[in-house]
Amino acid sequence: MTMLAATRETGALARLGRSLLRNKMASFGGGIVLLMALGAVFAPWLSPHDPLEQDVLLRLAGPSADYPLGNDSFGRDILSRILWGGRVSLYVSTVSVLIAIVLGGALGILSGYIGGLFDRITMAAMDVLLSFPTLVMGLLVVAMLGPTVGNLILAITLTAIAPFARIARAPTLTIKERDFIEAGRALGFSNLRIMVVHILPNVVDEILVMASLWLATAIRTEASLSFIGLGVRPPTATWGGMIREGFENILDQPLLAVFPSIAILIVMFGLNMLGDGLRDTSDPKLRHE
Amino acid sequence: MLTYVVKRLLVAVPTLLAVLTVVFFFVRIAPGDPAFIILGDQASPQALAALRHELGLDQPMIAQYADFMTMVLSGDLGSSLVTHQSVWGEVAKVLPYTIELTIAALAIGTVLGLPLGVVAARRRNETIDYVARFLSLLGLSFPAFVSAILLLLAFAIELRWFPVISEARANDPMSRLSALVLPALNLGLIMVAYVMRVARSSMLGVLGEDYIRTARSKGVPARMVIWRHALRNALIPVVTVVGLYLGVLIGNSVLTEIVFNRPGLGKLIVNSLNQRDYTTLEGLMVIYAFFIVIANLLTDLAYGLVDPRVKRQ
Repeated sequence: MTMLAATRETGALARLGRSLLRNKMASFGGGIVLLMALGAVFAPWLSPHDPLEQDVLLRLAGPSADYPLGNDSFGRDILSRILWGGRVSLYVSTVSVLIAIVLGGALGILSGYIGGLFDRITMAAMDVLLSFPTLVMGLLVVAMLGPTVGNLILAITLTAIAPFARIARAPTLTIKERDFIEAGRALGFSNLRIMVVHILPNVVDEILVMASLWLATAIRTEASLSFIGLGVRPPTATWGGMIREGFENILDQPLLAVFPSIAILIVMFGLNMLGDGLRDTSDPKLRHE
Repeated sequence: MLTYVVKRLLVAVPTLLAVLTVVFFFVRIAPGDPAFIILGDQASPQALAALRHELGLDQPMIAQYADFMTMVLSGDLGSSLVTHQSVWGEVAKVLPYTIELTIAALAIGTVLGLPLGVVAARRRNETIDYVARFLSLLGLSFPAFVSAILLLLAFAIELRWFPVISEARANDPMSRLSALVLPALNLGLIMVAYVMRVARSSMLGVLGEDYIRTARSKGVPARMVIWRHALRNALIPVVTVVGLYLGVLIGNSVLTEIVFNRPGLGKLIVNSLNQRDYTTLEGLMVIYAFFIVIANLLTDLAYGLVDPRVKRQ
């Protein structure tokens, strides 16, 4: 039984790795995301200027040799600010999705495995969370608690938990009826062991597909809140905040809004491709074709 | 059908009550005294006490909660802290704008998205399928405010087909329509991307079913098989997605209203957040959550309508 479980687990991960490499779409999307993430991580070394350094003489200047993407309304270098802004976006979205995966996934598996009243209450709570549109929840949490990175993460996590709980619960319901789970129980395995070793690997595929799509949602939400003016406070560079500044100066210098928009689009497109590609390869119905 | 409707309605009630409870506590977890935040640090102690009394903040939390629930359940959302008008009145003023925008977006989304999805499924792995899939993936990648700004930049600022600042006069249908075009396109085109994807994948699933092969082999014309036999069953997931999409649509319409400077619920919520207008905020949260619960309910009912099997369970 342990051996079977082990092959199952490595099977799931290895299959995922293989399909990621085989599926052109997933690997292309993953590559794009990786490049943008590297740009954000190494922003301190990559950016040609200090993202906060102002220069009145360069106010709203177009692209030049020294400032390849031009300057904003304070004369700050747009390229450097895009690189630095990526740090906020990617940090907030990655952390909130990771928390949602762990909490939502655990809740979903527990809820499906235990069943009964616990299941009903948990799922009812998830229904309540799902009754708040992601952006409206974000507006409320950030406006009430203040625009900090921690509160942004809290706001996004709150809306992301329910979908992950649901997606982890559904397969758990069918898997727990299967013979190998019964056999595990007969062998005296603890419930925790059955859930972690035997059920978790079977829901990992779907959770990963969902994770890449929710990373996109999280980035969108963070950017939207910053655009509305409820993101991390200026002068810290965020993509949404840069677009907001660009929008305020759109008649004088349209490029100001366009460049950070392109940055968001590239990451979102990469994540959507990754998610789509992973879904195609992890969906058993499509796998055999 | 009626018993099914009643049963679903009864299930929605506890969710709605829980949602109201969450809204109540959410608005009250804000650190600091709302009266202080509203009036600022220059306010006299008397003014602060008066406002606290007006807000009911001098009462114990349980009493406040009971007041809130009875008020909301009797349909009263209180009055705005800023304008002192009833919240319903404030909502009623802008609701027509949000409704016309939402309906226009839903229409664009389904009218374009559904046929596109069906065609892409029929011509799977042909050029048209790849193009449709690429465009839908691109559409999904646009945050609503980014696409709104690009539309504004292209069609209002560069091409000058539409006014940059839409000053729609409520009683002039033509100016109202021209103010609606870009915002509706913005919301609608993003939705096309969603609907097309779901329609395509659901259609692909149905086209592999035995009864489709039976229909084909007994000589039913291909067009009939697709649009009559297959689409009917493929519609179920599409209906669900459109229902679940309401949450995204609400968020996107908030952003669209901001970019196009259009009156609506979204502008109202952002304004009330900026002005710390807690009662309006509470009222809007209740309305939004109510919309979502109702939409989920309608989705389930539509399920029953499209697929008679659902009712019997």
